[in-house]
Amino acid sequence: MSLGPYAAFIVTAYAFVAVVLVLLIGWIVLDYRSQTQRLRELERSGATRRSARAAAELTGN
Amino acid sequence: MSIALSTSHDYQGAMSLTDLANPTRFMALTARILPWLIAITAILLAIGLYQSATAPDDYQQGATVKIMFIHVPNAWLSMFVWGVMSVAALGTLVWRHPLADVAAKAAAPIGAAFTFLALVTGSLWGRPMWGTYWEWDARLTSVLILFLMYLGLMALWRAVEDPTRAARAAAVLTLVGAINLPIIKFSVDWWNTLHQSASVFRMGGPTLDRAFLIPLMVMAVAFTFLFVTLHLAAMRNEILRRRVRSLQMMQATSRAA
Repeated sequence: MSLGPYAAFIVTAYAFVAVVLVLLIGWIVLDYRSQTQRLRELERSGATRRSARAAAELTGN
Repeated sequence: MSIALSTSHDYQGAMSLTDLANPTRFMALTARILPWLIAITAILLAIGLYQSATAPDDYQQGATVKIMFIHVPNAWLSMFVWGVMSVAALGTLVWRHPLADVAAKAAAPIGAAFTFLALVTGSLWGRPMWGTYWEWDARLTSVLILFLMYLGLMALWRAVEDPTRAARAAAVLTLVGAINLPIIKFSVDWWNTLHQSASVFRMGGPTLDRAFLIPLMVMAVAFTFLFVTLHLAAMRNEILRRRVRSLQMMQATSRAA
């Protein structure tokens, strides 16, 4: 595959897209980890949501 | 995932639209379909990139035509994402759907990234083909305005701490901003621009040769799947963030009492 005289522009464009998309995906994955961890810590410290308490009362747990 | 908490909806049996409106049901559904969406996106991207790499050179543009396969999907998505946010804004204002604001807020950074990439790849395509990285013509300027509107919306959501209060203001701003979508689409017809006019979605069918049209369509579908995947994952994050916030507030209130 020959990219001709403007190869630098083509490669830079594809590299730019790859870097921005990797950053976007990485941010979403890290955000998920940080939110689930914070939620786990809060639940461990005894905090529960109203809906969770309502469900527990419904099932008698 | 151990975080999924049950509500009374879980005991009602069959799936319905009301169930989808329930964030807990939405979380369960997302956990089930995300792996499939990731796999489909990866396969489509691999096929699209292979086809883009092996596509022939254009008789006038040479190999720079390959930039089209990433520029056009990003440009389509920059508008599509604002369209999704506009529908979500209606959901917030008219039906006060609990997931509508979550959907809009989660989509904004993804839409901003696609718009940024459309601008950068367009600029890198413009330099060798037009002789300039940037021109203040109608198409380029209206897309730059779209990018700035994404940033403005993201700033608004960050500035107002209570998500329910930010939701209405953001929804109004999104719908006002939607006026820009037809301006972007038809800017190349209404004004004399450096940017070429539509060559795929136009009256009389596409003017692109199949050798370019097929890789372009595969890449467009792949990027759309990428958006859907990232959007669902970001919505899940936003729901978790709001749960964390409400638990922290409950904890603070009970400590104060």
